[in-house]
Amino acid sequence: MGTEAGSHHHPRPTSPIEDRVAALEALLAEKGIVDPNTLDDIVAYYENELGPMNGAKVIARAWVDPEYRDRLLDNGTAAIHELGFGGPEGDNMVVVANTPSIHNVVVCTLCSCYPWPVLGLPPRWYKAPPYRARMVREPRALLREMGCSIDDDVEIRVWDSSAEVRYLVLPMRPEGTEASSEEELAGIVTRDSMIGVAVL
Amino acid sequence: MWSNVFVDGVHDLGGMQGFGAVEVEPDEPVFHEPWERRAVVITFGAFLSGTSNGGQFRHAIERMDAAHYLDSSYYEHWTTGVATRMVELGLVTVDELEQRAGGAFPLSGPDRGIATDPPGDDVIAPRYVVGDHVRVRNWHPPGHTRCPRYARGRQGTIARIDIVASVPDIEAHSEGQRSEPTYSVRFESEELWGEPGDPVHVDLWESYLEPFDGH
Repeated sequence: MGTEAGSHHHPRPTSPIEDRVAALEALLAEKGIVDPNTLDDIVAYYENELGPMNGAKVIARAWVDPEYRDRLLDNGTAAIHELGFGGPEGDNMVVVANTPSIHNVVVCTLCSCYPWPVLGLPPRWYKAPPYRARMVREPRALLREMGCSIDDDVEIRVWDSSAEVRYLVLPMRPEGTEASSEEELAGIVTRDSMIGVAVL
Repeated sequence: MWSNVFVDGVHDLGGMQGFGAVEVEPDEPVFHEPWERRAVVITFGAFLSGTSNGGQFRHAIERMDAAHYLDSSYYEHWTTGVATRMVELGLVTVDELEQRAGGAFPLSGPDRGIATDPPGDDVIAPRYVVGDHVRVRNWHPPGHTRCPRYARGRQGTIARIDIVASVPDIEAHSEGQRSEPTYSVRFESEELWGEPGDPVHVDLWESYLEPFDGH
C-alpha cells in the first residue's frame, strides 16, 4: 500500500486497487498511450451530461406525441437522435414498449451493456452477478423481490443485450397524468422504469 | 490459479444460482470513489488509442481468475482488462506495473483463443427471416464468444433482424474481421430451463445459429 498521491491535507492509506489504477494511469500517460487531461473532459461529460434524465425526455415525448412514439418503436436510434442523444453504446437502439399484457426488462448476462446516451453509466447492481445471473432464470421472482410485482397474466419479456443492440424500455404512462405537461411527465420517469425493474 | 478460466468463463453468468439478492443502492452516485473515475479514464483512453477492439478488451476481462472476477467491482474488471492487454501488447511490463503500484498487480490468464485466418467474406444478406425456427450451435470455444452458455443447443424463433456486425469470436483473436447479420432470438422458458415461465430474448450472430425444423 502507498499513500494517496497529491493529498497532503488528509493522508490515508490507499487500497490495492487505488494503487493499481494510479500505476496504470501514470504508466500509460508517460508512454503517451493515453492522455488523461483530454479524457477528463470526456468522462466528466459521461458523469454529468448523460443519465436517465435524457431517457426520461424520450419517454415523455413518446407519451405526448403518438407519431414520435411510432418512430421510436420503428427506429429507436433515429428517434432518440431527434432529441439530440446518441453516440457510443447508443448507435443501435431498440425501444420495447410495455403494454397491459407485456412487461419488458433488460439485462446483460455477459458483461455490462447499457444504453449510455439515454441512461448514463450503469448502476453497480446492473453489472453485479446476482442481477445478471438471475434475471434470465427467474425474472418474475426477481422483479417481485426488487419491488416490482407483475400480474400473472402479464408476459415478462427479458432482453439479454448480448450483441450490438442496446435496449430502452418504454413504460406505460401512469393513470392520472392526462393533464401533465411533457416536462412534468419527464420528471416522473425513473431509470429503473426504463430498465424494466420498476413500473410507474 | 488460472486452471479453468479458458473455456466458459465465469463472466457468462446467465442462469447461475447462489448469488443472493440484488442490492440496489438508493441515490447511487455515478462513481463511488475517485479511482473508479480514473479507471474509466484509462479504459476510454485505451479504446481511443486503438490498441484493442471490443472483442479483445472483453476477452481480456473474461480471462480473469474466477474468484477475482466475482470478488471485484466492474471498474476493477476494466482496469484488469486494460492492464492485461497492455502487457500482452508489450506496451507495459508486469514489473513496471507492480513496481509503480507498490504491490501485486493481478492480470488475466493467457489468451487461448484460436485465430480464424483468413476470416472469410462478410455476409450481408440475412439467412433467416422473422419467425424462422433456429437452434443455437452447441459448442464451447476456447476463446471469446458472445453466445451465452444458457442458450447453447437451445431452439428458438427469430424475433428481429438487427445490424450486420463484426463477429466477436473472430475479431478477438484474428488479424482480420468478418461481419455478418445479428438477430434477436426468442427462447421459451421450457426450452431454456425445463419449466414454465417467461421467455428470454437473446441477441446472437448468424453463425451461432443453425436451422431447426424438427423436434
